[in-house]
This record gives sequence, structure tokens and C-alpha cells, in this order.
Amino acid sequence: MSAPALTRPAPAASPGRGPARRRRRRGGLAGAALGLLTWLVVLLFFFPVAWMALTGFKQEPDAATSPPRFAFSPTPAQYQSAIGKAGPYLTHSVLIAVLSTLIVLALALPGAYALSVAPVRKWRDVLFFFISTKMLPVAGAIIPLYVIARNLHLLDTLIVLIILYASMNLPIAVWMIRSFLLEVPIGILEAVKVDGASFGRQLRSVVLPLIAPGMAATALICFIFSWNEFFLAVNLTTSNAATVPVYLVSFQTGEGQFWAHLCAGATLACLPVLLAGWAAQDKLVRGLTMGAVK
Amino acid sequence: MAVLAGRGTDAVAWERARSRRRSRRRRLPLLPALVFTIVVTQIPFLLTIWYSLQSYNLYHPYTRHFAGLANYTLIFTDSIFRTALANTVVLTLVPVLASLLLGLGIALLLDRKVLGRGLLRTLVISPFLVMPAAAALVWKFTLLDTQFGLLNFVLGPLGAHHTDWINDHSKLTIITVLTWQWTPFMVLILLAGLQSQPGDVLEAARVDGAGPWQIFRSMTLPHLRQYLELGIVLGSIYVVQAFDAIFMITGGGPGQQTTNIPYYLYEAAFRGFDIGRASAMGVVVVAITIVIATFALRTISGLFSDQGMEGRL
Repeated sequence: MSAPALTRPAPAASPGRGPARRRRRRGGLAGAALGLLTWLVVLLFFFPVAWMALTGFKQEPDAATSPPRFAFSPTPAQYQSAIGKAGPYLTHSVLIAVLSTLIVLALALPGAYALSVAPVRKWRDVLFFFISTKMLPVAGAIIPLYVIARNLHLLDTLIVLIILYASMNLPIAVWMIRSFLLEVPIGILEAVKVDGASFGRQLRSVVLPLIAPGMAATALICFIFSWNEFFLAVNLTTSNAATVPVYLVSFQTGEGQFWAHLCAGATLACLPVLLAGWAAQDKLVRGLTMGAVK
Repeated sequence: MAVLAGRGTDAVAWERARSRRRSRRRRLPLLPALVFTIVVTQIPFLLTIWYSLQSYNLYHPYTRHFAGLANYTLIFTDSIFRTALANTVVLTLVPVLASLLLGLGIALLLDRKVLGRGLLRTLVISPFLVMPAAAALVWKFTLLDTQFGLLNFVLGPLGAHHTDWINDHSKLTIITVLTWQWTPFMVLILLAGLQSQPGDVLEAARVDGAGPWQIFRSMTLPHLRQYLELGIVLGSIYVVQAFDAIFMITGGGPGQQTTNIPYYLYEAAFRGFDIGRASAMGVVVVAITIVIATFALRTISGLFSDQGMEGRL
């Protein structure tokens, strides 16, 4: 369970092992066929993403054709105009995702510390409380959230999504950071004293550098979930704080006729998260399973 | 004697005070995260229950009154709600199981030595990373469109020229998109499971003459069991809330064919402004999820080891 993804040396790679070598030779043809199959299946899965990015480079007349056009002269025009139109939405999304992620990290690091390095007595109950909040559907809370936001004049503000996304990602971050902290040898952390103001400083100067890669992965995963969130964004914002998914809603009907523009906008919407996800892919599974699978 | 006893209780009291101070100190770093989570996630749920017991429409705020279980009677006698409930089950179970099986297949393929494995893994996780709302648009228009969609072009030789996938096969459409999106999630979990198999044991089995199918059935599958369970429960928890694809592609239709509970709740709350009735639906969604979550917590606590916690209490 602790084997880092894709780094376990395959037994067949060890030199001079008779059976392994024989097996490899025997499986030559079948192995090649399976390799080909792997590529085919994976490319099939990836295809819609590639098609989206590709269609964004088309002129409108090339985008919706029968039969579909695979050869065309690419133009960045759709992307340029999509950046212009999506501008404010992208800004809102970046602000909300980054600020909520910072809040999450600031709350989760000390929280995870108190659940692993110097654990509180009921650390197990607290951990399961955190995870249980993740399991309750947003649909069960959306109505009071809407009414409260409305009464506090927070509808369509950045603040409401920053707070809600922070609460959405905090349990994941606590579990993830805790799993990283548990990998640090206990002796190194023993010097840290849980003691008021100096504790905060020690957390930053001693603990943080030790788990920096883990913190970065956690941040990327929080960013991904905030960026892609749809339900809360659509119901709680309209324009002043509308995020990228809300921008995409406008394509759902009328503008959906302009496929090249639609695909350019959709690709822009996906790009930050694709990059973040590719960067964090070794730690992705840990985030998705709240640290249960490494 | 008395002096000694006195000193003893002193020591005990001192020890107790010290341990109290220690546990307070230990609790302190946890409090901000805990309080924040309780306030933001628990209060709304309590309010949902409270609202569900009221007749409350935002269009007519002055007629708000306590209604007891009237909203629950209303939704359970509502045939659309029962349809939505049934749709929720289908639109959760089928995508989760389909993506689990596909994910298992792909994970097994990727667990072998194959050229460009790193790149393959990067490509295969992409559908999960892509913004669901964006993916929904790409499927709705460029892939599934009746006239210009790529799918009809590819299936053309098979006689499916003008299939209106979104209207004539709406459930299948949503299931396909959700399965496409969640397969990478299963791949990641199952691949991690496959790679945590002790390589030398598998090698020993091979040397002893066990065939690939034998190894898969009697060694790999039992080992994968907890990962499969984890994939099912976590997948269900997320997919039961599916909203983006339904909102963007079918709008719950045609008719109510793809209306699941989250979507129906959205319509009641944000089109009808019926806070009371929508809240009652919210409570029902939560109740369903609690059932799944109970299994989930049990599964996760199986994976959740106390390793590394020794000597820290």
C-alpha cells in the first residue's frame, strides 16, 4: 500500500533470473499485442479531450461539418476571443481557488499535526468526523446556504465560494497532510513543542520544509476541486463572482452553435486543472482516497 | 505516614494537572480546523432539517409556517420524486460498476511493462481532471450531435446515421459521460492496489507454474478486494451527486428521464423557490448517502492503519 505508483521494479527486470527471462521471450508477441491494446484503449479515453482542444483551433465553418473535418488550417483566433470573453470568470476562479486553498492549508497543517505527531486523545473520532462531512451531499445543504448567503448579502460574492470551497477541501487536506506527516520519522518532529506563538513558527520552520512536496500536492488537489466545482457556483453566483463553470453554462443553449468557440472556451477552462493534475499525478490517488491509498 | 500520603496525592494531582495541560495544548492546533468545519458544514444540515418541516416559499415569505411532515408526505406521494429516486439509483450504480470494470481492465493493462507507461497514465487520468461542465459540452455537441457529431459519423457504416443520442438514449448518454469521467478514478485506485502486490510472491507463483488467470483469481483479486470496495463506495458517494452533466446535457429530460434527486431538488429550490419541499428532498439525499457512507467508513477504516501512530499517544 505504500509502494509509490509506477516505481516498483518489475521482477522481470532483475538480471540473470532464468524463469523471468524465459517468460518475457515467450510473451513477446502476446505482450506486444497487449501493449498495442493498452495504447488503443488509452487513446480512446483521451480522444474527447484531444478533440476538444483541436476543435478550438478550427474556423467555425470547419467545426461543425458532416463528415467531421480532421485536416484544416489551424487558427488561434477562437482561443484569443475566448480568453477575452472568459477573462473575468478566469480571474474569479483563480482568486477563489487560490485563496480557499491557502485557507485550507493554514487550517489543515496544524490540524493534521494534532491528529498525528502530537495526537489529541480522540484523534480517530475527529478524523472520521472530518471524512464524514465529505460524504454528505452538497444538495443537502444548498438551500440553507443560499438563504444564509442571501440574508448576509453574500450571494454572488467571492467570499461565499472561498469559504465553502475551503470547507469542502479541508477534510481531504487534513487526511492527506496527516498521511505525509506520518511518513516523517518521529524523532525529527519531537523537537517541536506545541506551545502558543512559537508553535506556529516551529510549524513553519521545522515541519513545513519536511513535508513541502506533500503540501504542494495537497494544494494542487484542493485547487483542482475548487476550480471544477459546479453546483455551488451555479446556484450562488451569477456575475460578480461567477467562476469558469458558470461561464460555460452560456454555451449550453444559444452559443452552443459555435463549436470552435465553445471548444476553445472549454479547453481554456480545463487547462489549469489538467496541468495541476498532471503535476500532482503521483499524489492524486492519495488525495482522492483521503490518504487511504498511497 | 500522613506526610507521605499527602505528598502522594500532591504528586497525583500535579500529574493530572500536567496531563490536562498537555491535552489542552495538543487540542489547540486542531481547534481552528474543527470549529470551521463544524460551523460551515453542520449548521446548514441542521437548518435543512428545520426548513423541511416548514411550508416556506421564497416568493411568498409571509406565508411561512410550521408544517410538520407535510413536505415529506408531499414528496413521497409525488410520482416525479419517485422517478427521480429510481433514476438516481440507475444513474449511480451503472456508471460506478461500468467504470470499475473498465478501470480494472485498464489498470491491469497499465500494470504491465509497456512502452511509454508514464505518458499513458498521464493521458488516461485526463477525463477525470477535465472540468465536468466542459466535458459535458464537448460530448453534447461535438460527439453526440445528431447531424455533425463524431459518434454518428463513426457509427454511420453500421447504420446509425441520425441517431438522436441525447433525446432517444438520454440515460445511456448520461451513463456514458459519467463512466468516461470516473474510469480514471478507478484506474488510479486499482493501479495503486496492483502495484502494492508483493512482486516476489507473484514471481514465486509463476515459478511454481501458476498461469496468469490462476494468479489473477487466487492472488490478485483477493488482494484487490479492498481497493475495489473503496472504488465502489467513494465512486458512489460522488456519482450519486451527479449534477453537472445532467444540467448541461439533458436538463433532466426528456420528460424526467434523467432527473436525479439533486437535479429535481435544484428545480424545486431554484426554479420553484419552494424551500420547504426542496429541503425535504435534501434530507432524503442525505439519508441515502448516510447508508452508503456507513459502508464507506467501514471500508476506509479497514485501509486506515494505525501504522506510524505507535508511541505518539
